[in-house]
Formats: sequence, C-alpha cells, structure tokens
Amino acid sequence: MKASVIVFPGSNCDRDAAVALQGAMTAMGDKGAAPTMVWHGDSELPDSDLILLPGGFSYGDYLRSGAMAAHSPIMREVVRRAKAGTPVLGICNGFQVLTEAGLLPGVLMRNATLRFICKDVLLRVERDDTPFTSHYKQDQVVRFPIAHKDGCYFADAGTLYLLENENRIAFRYCEADGAVTEAANPNGSSGNIAGIFNETGTVLGMMPHPERLIDPALSGTDGIHMFSSLVEALH
Amino acid sequence: MSGAAEMASEAPALSVDLIAEHGISPDEYERLLKELGREPTLTELGVFSVMWSEHCSYKSSRVWLKKLPTTGPQVIQGPGENAGVVSLGDGQAAVFKMESHNHPSYIEPYQGAATGVGGIMRDVFTMGARPIANMNALRFGSPGHPRPRHLVAGVVSGIGDYGNCMGVPTIGGETNFDPRYNDNILVNAMCVGLVDADRIFKSAAKGVGLPVVYVGSKTGRDGIHGATMASAEFDEASEEKRPTVQVGDPFTEKLLLEACLELMTEDVIIAIQDMGAAGLTSSSVEMADKGGVGIDLDLDKVPMREEGMTAYEMLLSESQERMLMVLKPGSEPVAERIFTKWELDFAVIGKTTDTGHFVARHNGVVEADIPLPALAHAAPIYERPFEKRETLPTIAPEDVKAPPSILSALERLLGSPHLSSRRWIYEQYDHMVMGDTVQRPGGDAGAVRVHGTDKGLAVSCDVTPRYCAADPFEGGKQAVAECWRNLTATGAKPLAITDCLNFGNPERPEIMGEFVGAIEGMAEACTALHFPVVSGNVSLYNETNGVAIPPTPAVGGVGLIADIAEMADMALKADGDVILLLGSETGHLGQSIYMSVMEDRLDGAPPPVDLARERSVGDLIRGFIKAGTVDAVHDVSDGGLLVAIAEMALAGKRGVDLEAAPDELPAHAVWFGEDQARYVVTTTPDKVDTIVDVAAVYDVPVRVLGTVGGDTFTLSGEAPLPLGMLRAAHEDWLPRFMTRR
Repeated sequence: MKASVIVFPGSNCDRDAAVALQGAMTAMGDKGAAPTMVWHGDSELPDSDLILLPGGFSYGDYLRSGAMAAHSPIMREVVRRAKAGTPVLGICNGFQVLTEAGLLPGVLMRNATLRFICKDVLLRVERDDTPFTSHYKQDQVVRFPIAHKDGCYFADAGTLYLLENENRIAFRYCEADGAVTEAANPNGSSGNIAGIFNETGTVLGMMPHPERLIDPALSGTDGIHMFSSLVEALH
Repeated sequence: MSGAAEMASEAPALSVDLIAEHGISPDEYERLLKELGREPTLTELGVFSVMWSEHCSYKSSRVWLKKLPTTGPQVIQGPGENAGVVSLGDGQAAVFKMESHNHPSYIEPYQGAATGVGGIMRDVFTMGARPIANMNALRFGSPGHPRPRHLVAGVVSGIGDYGNCMGVPTIGGETNFDPRYNDNILVNAMCVGLVDADRIFKSAAKGVGLPVVYVGSKTGRDGIHGATMASAEFDEASEEKRPTVQVGDPFTEKLLLEACLELMTEDVIIAIQDMGAAGLTSSSVEMADKGGVGIDLDLDKVPMREEGMTAYEMLLSESQERMLMVLKPGSEPVAERIFTKWELDFAVIGKTTDTGHFVARHNGVVEADIPLPALAHAAPIYERPFEKRETLPTIAPEDVKAPPSILSALERLLGSPHLSSRRWIYEQYDHMVMGDTVQRPGGDAGAVRVHGTDKGLAVSCDVTPRYCAADPFEGGKQAVAECWRNLTATGAKPLAITDCLNFGNPERPEIMGEFVGAIEGMAEACTALHFPVVSGNVSLYNETNGVAIPPTPAVGGVGLIADIAEMADMALKADGDVILLLGSETGHLGQSIYMSVMEDRLDGAPPPVDLARERSVGDLIRGFIKAGTVDAVHDVSDGGLLVAIAEMALAGKRGVDLEAAPDELPAHAVWFGEDQARYVVTTTPDKVDTIVDVAAVYDVPVRVLGTVGGDTFTLSGEAPLPLGMLRAAHEDWLPRFMTRR
C-alpha cells in the first residue's frame, strides 16, 4: 500500500500516524514499506492508495481550526483525488481540515466545556463495511483517546438527517455497554458523533486518535485495527 | 570601536530616580561608572539593569549555588548552558531544565504561564534536543481566596494551549493550594528533550568575524524589563506591570523548533542561544562572553513588528519565539533557505569582533558600547547576611487528636484541596501526543518511551512547601528525596535533577536563611543519592508588601527505565495480591496533611529524611521491580500510608481489605503519619516471604497490610467504604471548585 501523510505547518501527530501506518504495513507483511510525508507547500501528491491528514494545530488554528490548511497548495490535489475515490483519513485536526475543505459536511466547534480535553473515550463502531473499519465489528465498543479543544461536531438538522439516513456516521461516543448518552459525550457533539464518512464511504473524518493506542505499552491496542483494516483493503 | 566621539550625543542626563527605576542601587551605579569609565547612555543603563538584575546575574544566590553537587559519570553538561544534559547510554542523552515564570503568571496568568512553557522548551531545543515531555509545578493561594480560581483557569489553559500546540506531551506535575501563595503564585515549567550525545549545541561564539543571525518572530514592545520585574517584589502598583508580560505564539515556536532541528542536521551552527529573559541583550552578551569575543549588532537589521522602536526597546524586548545564532561564514544561504521554508524571519544582524565589547548601533549611532566583562562578570555578587531559624519541636503522635473514624478521615483527606485528584488540570494537557507516553499523569512519575527503543524516561517534579517552611534544611532534603523516590517507584534509575528555587526577598536575612538552609539540605540529599543538579533557575522576590511565599525549592528529576516492559506503576493489579509496607514507622504527624485538614493547624518539625535509609529502601524497591517480584508500587508521601493505599486502589479500580494498625502507635498516626523513605507494594501471596527475607538482609522493615480485592475499602474494625464513594470524594473537589459560582 502506498500512503501519503500530509504535513502542514503546525501538524504534530504526523509522525504518530506514520508510525501506526508503518506498523500495520509491517504486520501485514508489507515489510520495508513506509508512508510518504508530503509537505503542504507541494502541489504534487505522489501516487497514493491512502491520504492521511494528521492531527495537530495546522497554522496554529488561526482564523478557525483547519481553515487555513484547507487552502494550502496540496489540498487542491487532495480534494481532486478524494473526489476520484482515493480513500482519505482525517484525524482530529485532519477532520477539521476535511470539513473546511468541503470534503465532509458540518463543522467542529469549541468543546461544550470550552476547555481542551485529553482522555480516553469509548466509541461505538457504527459500520464495519468500510476500508477503515472492516477489522472492527458493528456495535463494538472501542477505546480511543481524544485530545482537542474544537471537537464539538455540529451540522444543521437536514445534514444530520442525511448522515443518519445514509448510514454515514462512523463512530459515536458511548458508554461501556454501547449506550449513546449525554454523559458519554465529551464535547457536546450533535448525536454524539465522533466521526463521519462522505457519501461514498471513502473519506473518514474523526476527532479521536486511533494512532495513539496501538501498543500495549501505551495502555491499549484498539487503534491498530483501523490501520490494519486499511492496509488489508488497499493492499 | 573608538568610544565616546561616536556615541549617542544627546543622551539625557540620568536622574537618580531613573537609575533607581532600573533597579540599580547607588552602590551598583558607582560600580557601573567604574566599569564603563563614563556616564552610561540611557540604552546602556537599560542593558546594565537587565544584565545585573537578580534574574540574569544570580547575584544573591551564586555563592550558595556552588554548594550543590553537579557532577557524576552520567553528566554530560552541568549548569551553565541553556539546559543540563545526562547520558542515556547508546549514544543518546536527555536534555532538561525547569524554570519559573512566577511574576508574569500572577499579573497575566494565561500569557505568563504560556510563555513560561515556551521559554523552557526553547532552552531545550536550543541545545539540539527534540522536546519529548513537559511537566509543571504550580502553587496557588487558598481556595477560599477570591483570586486562585481565575489564576488556576488562566495558568492551566495557558500551559495547555502552548504545549498542546507544540505537540509535546505534558505528562505530569504537581499543584498546591496554600494561603501563603495568595499574592504570589508559582508557575514552574520543566521540559525534557532527547538528543544524540554527539549532536549537542552550545552557546559559546568562538571566532571573530562570524555572522550573528536572528531567526524566529519579529521584535515588538512586549516584555520590556520582564527580567527586572522578576527581580523585585510586588506591591499595589504591580497590576500596572501588565505590559511587561510577554505574549506567546506556540505556532511560531513549533515552526522555530522544526526549523532549528532541521538546520542542526547541517554542520553550520557555531553557537546558538534563545532569546529569553532580557532578549537580544542577554543572548548576545552570553554568546560573546562564553566565546571570548566581542559582538557588534546593527539594530537596523532586526526584524521589527512595530515601527519607531528605540535601541533601548529593541535590546530589552522579550518578544517570544526568537533565537540568536552564530554561523560558520558562508553558511547563511543554507540557513536562510530552511528558515524561509518554515516561513520565519531570518536576518544577519551583526558579527563577532575582537574588541571584547558589546556594541549596538541604531540609525547610524552607537547606542551602546560596553566592555563585555562589565556585563557578564563584573555584575555584583552578594554574600547577603542570613539568619537560620530555630528548629521546631517534634510533635508526639499522641498530641494530635484521633478522628472518630479512620475511613471517614481518609475520605475527608482525599477530598481536600491538598490531595484531591488533579484530573481537571491534566486533562487539559495533551499527555499522549508523540505516541510514547507509557505512564500518564496521576501516578508517581510520568514516563515516556525513548522513541524507537525499549527504554523509558521517568520524570517527576517535587517539593513539599509546608515542610520547607517549617525547616528549610529538612524540606530541601525531602524535596530531592521524594523526587528520587517517585522515579524509583517506576523502576527507573534516578539520573539527575534540575531545580527551580522560589523564595522571597533575599535582602531580608530570614529569607536568605531559608535559601541557605534549603540549598544545604538539597546538597546533602543530592550527594547521598548520587543525584546531581545539572540545570536550574532561581526566582527571588516572590513576596508582596513584605509577606513572602514559603521557601519552595522545586526539584525536577529524570530517571532512566532500562526496559519499559519492566516498569512499575501504582495501580493495584489483581485480587488476592498481598499489600506490604516497606520502611520504618514512627507515626510522624507534625506538618502532615492530616493535621492541616482535620485540625486546621500546621506545626512541629517536618518528618526527617534518613538518607542512608532512603537509599537502601529505594535500591531494594528497584531490585524488586526489575526482578518482577512486585506488581504495584507507590511511594508514601502527602497524607501518609492510607492515602497511598487509597490512591493505588482508585488507580487499579480494586478494593482492599486491611488489617488493623499495630498497637505500638495510635492508629491515626500509623495511617496518616508522613514518615519518609517508605513504599507500598503488592505481590502475589507466594512471593511475600521472598520480599520479607530480602528486605531483612537490607535491614528494611516490612509489614503486611492486607489484601487486594472487592469493591470496597475495608479496614478491620470499621464499616467498609465503597470505592465509588472514595472516588467521588477524590474526583469532585477540583471541578466543583472551578465551576462554583
């Protein structure tokens, strides 16, 4: 699998994402493979089976989170490839960039608490029929960390209706038994939404960080399966 | 430089008041005149005022700091550079330092704390290291005072926003509330970086005619005289000092970090120094002085954020996210290309000279021309008079009232401002970015994996201000010992410390006595524990209207975990495990949290630290961890034994069943006494005998406390306390305090 990780000025989970991808590639037998780190100022994107927009604070979150990165030179090419069907994964700031770039609907607002939140949360996997989630089971409860100040997903009622109706919710914040409750919602997101797909299920934006729990030494491995799903699907 | 003829000719006469406003005493001004051989210009007065400030010159502390041990086989760089460096083996090294940002954080908590974090990270990456972990030690006033809530909110959010944006995990720290910090909070930030031992960058600008390069943010009028402000006490007019606080931009610092590390892979940097306190002045003076050369600055070349700034303002500005470098001649284009890629300013603003002078020109006029030794070495050094205080009597356990119920007292202690969970704080810090955090905040020490290896670094910040206030010497010892203990509890081998010495006005003999006592105590502990000081910072004048903070020598330690698979933490692991106490028990309740919370008093001597015992128990614990003999380890500190066990139960989400305290001491002294050099461990029943036998060889007392299991906290003779109630007590206080209207 050929993967590109886009590096914006202020990205800071680019290495973490690359480590997770490379680990999955190695585990799936693709030894020696490594994601390509692509600088935001480049206008050409290498041949890629997957494009990953990492977490961080692109352009310092100035103006709005993700707003300036969405207009950097490389994003024109990312949008073109995404529309042509190349899978794109946006994590945290990457999700914010995807909404600002118009690849995903809605917006990530300031958390309801108005504070940055870093902790593990439980998520209910809503779909297991996508290249991102095939190694999970639908309704499985997984533990991923979140680390954001602007993670409150908001969209108008019509958009939310469409997302629900078209089965485009990827993950929801939930209780240990999978119940979607207000208490389990860390940031005030509409419908406890933690991640969504585009119409074709090839673009996924999510606030939680699967790349942070990929090793028992980091106190969890639930995140590995997203990367192994991708490597298997895009091999 | 030929001197006076070209000097700024219309320098206004310097009035006595103007000199005093610059924090320069009449004696110091006499000294200045002698060094310079003439009246200074206003700009020169400004340069002297910052370079001779307490903050930059350490004039009151220097003679005492020499008493701290700073060497050891693991030490690559001791005090004197931007940060200390210790070897991690395999060609790698840890670079670390802790620094205070107390005065600005009180005046403007968000920016003050944020720029403190920015400054300490710059110190670390200036040396070529990538920052891999941050910590902080915060002291606020009494929760009942009107200010702390606003200060806590601002400081925590400032620290979080800066570190989070930089993408460096904040893996722990400590927070105290004490009325003695009502008018002077402390914000001490620590950063640890990782570097290849043969790629360490230093600040000596050796060589004449070399280009002096300015990179990073533009210069503005913020932070002028920040160093001087940090060298005076507060009074009613301190609010007016708000403009001396700098404004941080973590995004620019992130770019600066990446650009500097990228440039450091090229072989072009001769010297590099961040522009921290006293900005351009201090960085250029230090680089030139260490290199034994002069330096000539053309201020017209400095990238400016605003128009019309004078030489005085440019030299004293503490605008953030700036670096000064001396490059190999001809390498400017390589460096410029990298900084342009990262969209940062780059300007050649001067060169090194053979004059031995610090020269600054602006608009064709020489605004300053000062012999470097006058700035760097002629700064006054004071042997200030000091008075040590009398030691307090040790309070007998019987003289502190017993509670009606031990477990209800535990519940009250865990829910008190002293011991309540700091989750509300650390959840605002990204503690997992970089993907190597192997111990998250809330335990004895934070720990990160050394990327790409099985090694780990444990980091802990410690001091117990109430002990230091009662007995600076024992308190200084205890701060070092507790830090050593916290690192040991993870299985790490403690390597070295950085210190941040926060005290009141050193011109008062009793404050100077506290400083001397604390240093002597720290020195003794550092020596006994082979735990040298490799970097540090002194913050004096932490007082308002003559009332000083308690002496607070914060200690930040780093330890090496040889293999993270062998690391220990404090969470109880399995039902049926046996809980053991290692260490001696005297039931010392003087200066304890129990006494403070239950009786609203703090008196008597603090618990003494027996350093020989400290070492033998610690070495034993480390051996047990390495051998896999113990499942969970936690040191006993604030609140005593029962609090330690409760913290282990909460972390492991498991109950305990404890036997009654032995009869020799009052039960509340056994459970809440704060005797030092003790650890609680758990192990499987089959290994208890091994622990008892081995400990006997090292003459370390062991007592079986009970077993792990269930979902209640059970103590023989008392009604069991559901773990959920204990957790609620522990978790509720801080969020409630922060959201109360």
